[in-house]
Order: sequence, then C-alpha cells, then structure tokens
Amino acid sequence: MKPVPFDYIRPSTVAEACALLAQDAEARVIAGGQSLVPMLAMRLARPTQLVDILRLPELTGIKQDGDSIVVGATTRQAAAERDALIAAKLPLLAQVFPWVGHPATRRRGTIGGSVAHADPSAEIPLVALTLGADIVLRDVKGETSIKTSEFFLGPMVTAIPHGSLLTAIRFPVWPQQWIGTGFHEVNARHSDFAFVCAAAQVALDDAGRCTACAVGIGGLGEYPVRLDDAAQALVGSDLGDKAIADAVEVAMGKLDIWADLHASADYRRRTGGVLARRALSDARLAASARRQ
Amino acid sequence: MKVELSVNGETRTADVEPRKTLLDCLRDDFNLTGSHAGCEHGVCGACTVLLDGEPARSCLMFAVQADGYEITTIEGIAPAPGELSVIQDAFCEMHGMQCGYCTPGMVLTATALLRDKPQPTRQEIVEAISGNICRCTGYGQIVEAIALAAERLALANAPKAHKR
Repeated sequence: MKPVPFDYIRPSTVAEACALLAQDAEARVIAGGQSLVPMLAMRLARPTQLVDILRLPELTGIKQDGDSIVVGATTRQAAAERDALIAAKLPLLAQVFPWVGHPATRRRGTIGGSVAHADPSAEIPLVALTLGADIVLRDVKGETSIKTSEFFLGPMVTAIPHGSLLTAIRFPVWPQQWIGTGFHEVNARHSDFAFVCAAAQVALDDAGRCTACAVGIGGLGEYPVRLDDAAQALVGSDLGDKAIADAVEVAMGKLDIWADLHASADYRRRTGGVLARRALSDARLAASARRQ
Repeated sequence: MKVELSVNGETRTADVEPRKTLLDCLRDDFNLTGSHAGCEHGVCGACTVLLDGEPARSCLMFAVQADGYEITTIEGIAPAPGELSVIQDAFCEMHGMQCGYCTPGMVLTATALLRDKPQPTRQEIVEAISGNICRCTGYGQIVEAIALAAERLALANAPKAHKR
C-alpha cells in the first residue's frame, strides 16, 4: 500500500459531500481517480479522507442550458467523447479526447476531475479556458461559479476554496453558423503529457471574415494561457497565414515560459507559436469547409 | 473496511484498509495474482482488469470503490480450468509475449476490443492497446495475435467470445 492512510467516505448527496468537505480542510474529493490516485501513490497528496462523489447521480450528465452546454463534474471522459451533443455543439472539446490519457483511463477519468486536477499541459482544462467556460462550485452555503480565466492559479492549483466541490463545467456554445476548430500537440508518446498543446476556435461570416476567435496554449508555464490579444487582432481579418503568424508572434513574445527536463523555454516558445498557428489555420479551414 | 466484490462471477469479501488498491486486494486478499503490479501509478496497464466489461487500471482505484461492478480478471477469461480463450491461444501461437508481465493486461484489453469491434483494423488494435506497455516484444506479435484471434472468432464454429 503506497498512499498514506486515509478514511474513505461515500456520501449519498451533494449536500452531504459539501458538509464533509467543510468539516475537514485536508479532505480530498475523489471521482474517477485517474489523476489523484497516482498523486496518492507518490504521496504528493496526503489527505485525511477521500470523499467519493463518483456515484452521485446529479453530478453526471451532459445537457444544454440556453446558450451553454453544462457537463456534470463526474461525466466520464469516454462518455463525453461519444456524446452527440458535445460533437455538435462543442467541437473543440470533442476534438481533444483522443489526446486525453488512454482508452482505459478515459473510461474512468472524469471531465471535472481533469479540470480540478489542473495539470498545466492537460487538454480539457485548455479547452475550458480557450472557450471561456465557467466552473460551477457548490459548498454548504450554495452554488457559485468562477470564470476559467480566474480558475487556474498554478500547476495542480486552482481557485476552488476549501469546502467547495466542483459540480459542473458550463461551456459556452458559439451562436455563429460557420465555426471551425483546430488542435495540435507535441509530446514524447501519443497520449503522454503534452510538452506543448494549442487549441483554437474561429467563426467566419458569409464573406469568409473572422467574426470570433479564441486561441489557447497549454504546457508553456504554470497553467494554460489564452492569447486574447492575438484573438482580438484576428477578428475582422480573413485569417490569412500572415495575419495569423503576426498575431501569434506578438502574443508569444509577452508570455512567461518555463523550462524543465523535457523541453527548454526557447523550444516551448517556438513550438507553442507554431502549434497555435496550425490550430488557427486548421480552424479556418474547417469553418470554410462548413461554409461551402 | 469490509468490502464485498463480484470477481469472475463469484462474490468475494475482504477486510481492507481504504488505501488498499483494487489490485492489491485482488492479489493479496483473493490470491488472484494474474493481475500484475507494474508501475502502480496508472502508466503501464499491467494491472488491467475489466469493470463491467470495460478495461480499467486496478492500481488506480481502491478496493472500497469497486463494489457494484462485475470485475473480471485474467483468471476469469478461460472457458474452463486448464483451457485457454481464443485470444489467449492466439497470443501463444503468435508469440505475443516474451516475459509475460504485460500479457494479462493485453489479453483483457484485447478481449474487450474484440467484443466491441469483432473485426478491428490494425489502427484500432494499436489504439486499443496503446495504454498497455510491453518492453519485450516491440508490439508486432501482440498486434498479430489480436488480429489472428479476431479472424478465428469470426469463424462460424469459433467458441463464443467473452461476454460482458
């Protein structure tokens, strides 16, 4: 047995789970366990108790709510990967699943778990940030939400306060008709952690002009980043290669980028820029293909 | 904590610490040592079991989380003691193993694959076993073994594949 000793509790309601978390600041939430259990095995996490939310029915499922898709925290990655609503309304999220772990880990791993774990190179947090999703939290007092732009604070560190439970992620659905997405990643082996990954979504009008644009990069630093200046510069353009390259280059110059034994900061800056350009140009091509 | 688990069609009970993984419980408490402990943090796939028919890493869940699932280990794959499933037989015939450490996980993963996709492409086989690491074979014979098993299972007179 590798983890430290802990108590295991499986509450039968969300309210009960929140009460348990409120009582013990060292309690940790477990759902699919595909990220937390390795942390436990290496004793990087040393909780006093595990509060298992996996079987709480209200935390699972994918539904449309107005102009958003709400994905319950314990929705399995494999279920989301096969979901028709996500394929139709959140093509960028649908696109990244083959890169998230392996088939066997996606069957147990959850959407909320990946976001709450906040690995800087993880694909689902990158998509949530790029699309500007809201993170829905519950505690004993009620429900609140945090914007993804304020959610990721560092490697495996989020703005979830003690006593709160991540219950859902609310992804905005773009209203435009012609939407395209792109995603690229560089890693040592397929499905391993990304050195760098980039995601983009664009919308085109009838004349082929960009009316909305979002682009984000993971793996560059302590958390994924969104290149809002680049996106803004590209709105109104025809998303030509030159416009994309110029906008991305300016944005990349402003970022703090880290180095580790896998890749230097220079490598990450260069690769991040290339992957962001490719993601944007793939997104343009996909949107154009739909328009024609 | 007391746990009651359904393993290979039998109800088994054990008294475990919450921090005991399903893998350790299968091996230590139930003496089902066919599930192998490799990396013990979810990377290698040697500990793969089927949970309600779906491959999962038994090192990435605790025994106390495993009640209510139908758990299948490599010991539950053969049709009868002393026999091999079609997939196990194909692994032998194609030399789909050397040291054998990854083999139970590979066989279980292949069992689920061929149940869901009886005639997988080479790419689908490779994708299915991408979470199972083998350090001996270079994977070539494993892929060939799964392809051979698929071919045999498609024959009219083949024994039935493992059911969910």
